[in-house]
Amino acid sequence: STVMAAQMTDAHRRFLQVLMSNGITEGSEARKLHQHCCETDKVYYAHDKLDDFISTINSHLQPLFMQIRKGISEDDGRAHYAVVNLAETEVTKMASDYTEMELELFRKTMDLIILSENGFASSTDILNLADQLNTKKMKKKEAEQVLKAFVEDKWLSEKNGEYTLHTRCIIEMEQYILSNYQDVARKCNICHSLAIQSQVCESCGIGMHLPCVRKYFRGQTEPRCPKCNEFWSCDTP
Amino acid sequence: QVSELVQFLLVKDQKKIPIKRADMLKNVIREYRDAYSEIVNKAGKTLQEVFGLQLVEIDSKRHTYILINNLPRAEGRYLCRDEEKEKMGLLLIILSFIFMKGNSVKDSALWEFLHLLQVNPGKQHQVFGDVRKLVTEEFVKQKYLEIIPIPLTDPPESKYQWGPRAEKEISKKDVLNAVAKIQGKDPTFWASQYSEAEA
Repeated sequence: STVMAAQMTDAHRRFLQVLMSNGITEGSEARKLHQHCCETDKVYYAHDKLDDFISTINSHLQPLFMQIRKGISEDDGRAHYAVVNLAETEVTKMASDYTEMELELFRKTMDLIILSENGFASSTDILNLADQLNTKKMKKKEAEQVLKAFVEDKWLSEKNGEYTLHTRCIIEMEQYILSNYQDVARKCNICHSLAIQSQVCESCGIGMHLPCVRKYFRGQTEPRCPKCNEFWSCDTP
Repeated sequence: QVSELVQFLLVKDQKKIPIKRADMLKNVIREYRDAYSEIVNKAGKTLQEVFGLQLVEIDSKRHTYILINNLPRAEGRYLCRDEEKEKMGLLLIILSFIFMKGNSVKDSALWEFLHLLQVNPGKQHQVFGDVRKLVTEEFVKQKYLEIIPIPLTDPPESKYQWGPRAEKEISKKDVLNAVAKIQGKDPTFWASQYSEAEA
């Protein structure tokens, strides 16, 4: 179907402003926001036209190398939206908020997480990294504070003392991660997006997101790997 | 170049810290100095068209700029995050007080007024934390308030005024109407504020 590049209205601008200030916005919140913006700025509202609404904004963001991108949370499978900068290299987005030393810690933590089996890095391992930075050694207390900041700003998320990449981080840095960690970064066998946390087949090594595993194996008593057909060895979530 | 400048401005403004022309030239425009005005104009147009933000020069001597929100003010929840909303609430109260008192108040007067609202500089406030820091540092850095020392005062006193961002972002008419509503009077009751607000 032909899509005419629609005009930006104040409703679009308001939606964009809020998305940018949120950092990351969950799907149902985004839908509520869509409605709120259309009502506030008296623009025609159709509840199922969020994607078109976002496309309009994206067509205007494209020349600026920015985009509203949808990503799926690896924890609950829910859609989230973030405003992404396509021209940036990985941590440039964070550059204004953190020092060189903190950025180095983040990059090294990201290495650990991506190279790990389960997509998590323990706080102990990360604190050890802090001790080995090139820029300057970071004290344990300082590193703990920085980690807290990374979590608050939604670059990392924490579970039981272990850290993984937040959905926001994955949405914003997916391209960067896929190109810079080409051989190591896993893609989900089901949805083909970057998978940081995943379950891996013991026989052939393919990986799948937990929500994707859940969906794929629903109702099956004997889950088998979609690629090699061996029994799926992990507990299906 | 324009898109780079737009992104640069968006990132800088996230902190609400004014952007210096020198920074723009050094970090973004670089070798295209001659086209500076053209690039800035185009960036400004883009910011307005796509984001509803206006690039405003607040200091023509030192060439500093801020981005102000040009969208009609919306009711309710989505205006900003809760913490921001509460800070804005306090700020508006302070700005109203200053405006109604003739656009300038002494620090002692302001803190006395805030004391009535149970907001005290000495104590940690449940919502605002270190209120003195918020009012005298954060609001000033963001250009919402201006604090001008009064010369030859002992102990040293200062006066508080609206900062350039407040002047641009907040309507005196709205402030006066709000105060009038609370006090159950007509805005024209305050003749000088009324004529200033209508100007």
